[in-house]
Amino acid sequence: MLRFTLVRLLQAIPVLFAVITLTFFLVRAAPGDPLSSDKAMPPEVYAELSTLYELDKPVWQQYINYLGGLLQGEFGPSFKYLGRTVNELIGAGLATTAELGLYAMLVALLIGICAGVVAALRPNSASDYLPMSAAMLGICMPSFLLGPLLVLIFGIWLEWLPVSGWGNIPGDKILPAITLGAAYAAYVARLSRGGMLEVLSQDYIRTARAKGLPEWLIVLKHGLRGGLMPVVAFLGPAFAGLLSGSFVVETVFQIPGMGRLYVQAAFNRDYTLIMGTTVFFATLIILFNLLSDVLAVWLNPKLRQQYQGGKS
Amino acid sequence: MLCNPAKPSTGANVTRLFITVISVILLTACGSGETNVDRGNRAGILYWGNGEEPQDLDPHITTGVSESYIQESLFEPLVNSHPETLEPEPGVAQRWDINDDKTTYTFHLNPNARWSNGEPVTAEDFRWTFWRAMHPKLGNQYNYMYYPIKNAGPYLRGDINDFDKVGIKVIDKQTLQIQLENPTPYFLGLLSHHSYYPVPRSAIEAHGNAWTRGSHWTRPGNMVSNGAFRLTQWKLFNYIEVEKNPYYHKADQVALNGIRFLPTENITTEERMFRANQLHHTYELPADKTSYYRENAPEQLLNQPYLGTYYYRLNTRIKPLDNPKVRRALALAINRQQIVERITKQGQLPAFTITPPNTAGYTAESSLRYDPEEARRLLAEAGYPSGEGIDTLEVLYNTKESHRKIAVAIQQMWKQELNINITLRNEDWKVYLDSEKRGEYQVSRASWIGDYLDPNTFLDLWIKDGGNNRTGWHNPEYDRLVLEQAPRASSREQRYALLMQAEKILLDEVPVIPIYTYATRHLVHPSLKGVTPNLLDRPFFSHFSLEDTQTQRPNESN
Repeated sequence: MLRFTLVRLLQAIPVLFAVITLTFFLVRAAPGDPLSSDKAMPPEVYAELSTLYELDKPVWQQYINYLGGLLQGEFGPSFKYLGRTVNELIGAGLATTAELGLYAMLVALLIGICAGVVAALRPNSASDYLPMSAAMLGICMPSFLLGPLLVLIFGIWLEWLPVSGWGNIPGDKILPAITLGAAYAAYVARLSRGGMLEVLSQDYIRTARAKGLPEWLIVLKHGLRGGLMPVVAFLGPAFAGLLSGSFVVETVFQIPGMGRLYVQAAFNRDYTLIMGTTVFFATLIILFNLLSDVLAVWLNPKLRQQYQGGKS
Repeated sequence: MLCNPAKPSTGANVTRLFITVISVILLTACGSGETNVDRGNRAGILYWGNGEEPQDLDPHITTGVSESYIQESLFEPLVNSHPETLEPEPGVAQRWDINDDKTTYTFHLNPNARWSNGEPVTAEDFRWTFWRAMHPKLGNQYNYMYYPIKNAGPYLRGDINDFDKVGIKVIDKQTLQIQLENPTPYFLGLLSHHSYYPVPRSAIEAHGNAWTRGSHWTRPGNMVSNGAFRLTQWKLFNYIEVEKNPYYHKADQVALNGIRFLPTENITTEERMFRANQLHHTYELPADKTSYYRENAPEQLLNQPYLGTYYYRLNTRIKPLDNPKVRRALALAINRQQIVERITKQGQLPAFTITPPNTAGYTAESSLRYDPEEARRLLAEAGYPSGEGIDTLEVLYNTKESHRKIAVAIQQMWKQELNINITLRNEDWKVYLDSEKRGEYQVSRASWIGDYLDPNTFLDLWIKDGGNNRTGWHNPEYDRLVLEQAPRASSREQRYALLMQAEKILLDEVPVIPIYTYATRHLVHPSLKGVTPNLLDRPFFSHFSLEDTQTQRPNESN
């Protein structure tokens, strides 16, 4: 296990390095000057700012300096938000995005597992078709459509929930969490349905039934354990996706998270902030995929045995 | 399959569990009851949609409208403006004397003026502030606002280094004298611009040099200001909050206890926030919503003339746009009435002058109009009958739906009236700025919002090599009128006459095609009182108040 984890960690380093290098040069190659503004800037001011942000140096030197900073954990100063470091901006947005991702994940698991289990218990009946159709709808409906729709119904028509913000008004976290979690709930529903169907047809379930155990106990104790294996394997990429894919939801609901920061950075050609957020998201995605793989190996005795036996 | 009612199936149990859990979540979340507006009305806190997240709060560094709103609440200038007419009113200066040739202003400061830390605001504070704002190292993009002051130009250009030679003198603790190069009738108006706001020397020096950009003196806990409010919180991308400043010399006249500025880049969400009573005032209003509010809730719509012009720049360095007749033909072939009525639909006015009508009593005469026949004649005269000989023209605009719609309309008008093929080029904001600055365009959409209430704020753009000109056009007579003759005029009438002559040259030669004059478009909650429309669209927070009223919100269905 340890060896497997170490090997996967080592494999992640060149991937991350490639992401950093590619992003660095692509951002600089893209047209658009980060210092430009609609009002003319006196040349001496422009020169002063270019020096401040090292834009007057050759790109390769900027790259070396950037890598040097990264090794010390410094993402550099933001070009747009004066006096703010990228570390500070990421720090401010991360907690919000992580919280949003967590709630969205809870929504996804709660709705997805319930719907999947209900569907699996009576396959090919209305209680299968209905949640599975809803799941298909959830997968197909983009969050930029679902978000405003939920806002319209629960925020404007019913006046039950706030339409934007994060942590400022009671209940303002619900709609964003549902919007972000909906698509993942749909995947979880389909995965748990498949998993449950497979498990419920196993011999040990039949034995449990023959022993006279109540059906709810069979489902909750014996069925879920095996049936949710595909869901567990999906959790890592799902959480990475939730964190890095939150920019639409954060923009729709005006949430002060990383996703919104990412969008603003791109519009403003805030080089350091684009780099910082990209590197950060890339790390998260790599990390969560790694965790998911490790978890899958750990849960699957056959795979575990294989890696423990040194056959990786 | 029939279910035994005494023993529900597992499927039914799980479904019931699922419904119960969802209901509990919704029920616990719902009925939050009090909205921002309710809470704000009760506590005297204004919820203000503020556009973008501010870049900084330093009034000598920022250039954006979002920042200027917050600064408006935090700082009080030497001279303030009337909330509606924008006529000069006492600010930190109680009164002022102007000498006979109108070049020396002596300001008498209010002895009760205080910084938010309780220390008095003195004449020396203003001298230091102006020194800092003009210091080349600070990189103040608005330093040109100081040009009317004697020797400010040479100081800003680095021709002189001794600030004592600049016409700013401290007479005593409460008297400041400013000497101008020329009588500048709009000088008092300039003083209320954020580039002239006083800044606290002790707080700035405690966190770096006078010219350190992005210094932490503007953070809560560090910031000292002298306005009606003081900074209490800055939650990045979430909100900025200010509270009433107890040291403000007119604190007893300030009705609000505080303001919460919310960044609202997404104007569609902002409008929804307004409908859900999360905001008292919006930064903007989506174009497609204006007519709805105009018809259904006109009392909530603030749609007034605004000192801004939307125009097209023409690159006069390239053929066929180097020919004034072609440029004029293009200008005459645009049906502006149709654009404001059918496309922008937000109360904008068709513009035939670059300076908006009635800018501080100035209305230029224009030879421009909608006249496709004359346009065709001019085009033929220029050697391009029925557009023959003009390959295609390209219109550049930055990414925004409204710019695209206007460009498409003008594309059709030029094709239909002049038989000129037009292609459209859409670029991201920063790329568009670069293309324009480098002159890599033929026709480019642009706009200018006046910094102060005077035609000069529009007319000094088009001088030779002006940083914001970007058309390649210049005219020595125009430069002479704007830079030399108008500033020395002995009366306002004479000055305006000279500026009108200059604007006539501009409109005859048409390096830019005015399209429409801006209009403000905000939504204002009925409980917010004291919001008065003004041409600069400046909010005067110290005049605002909130009434605890139960109001209806428009229940629009889309």
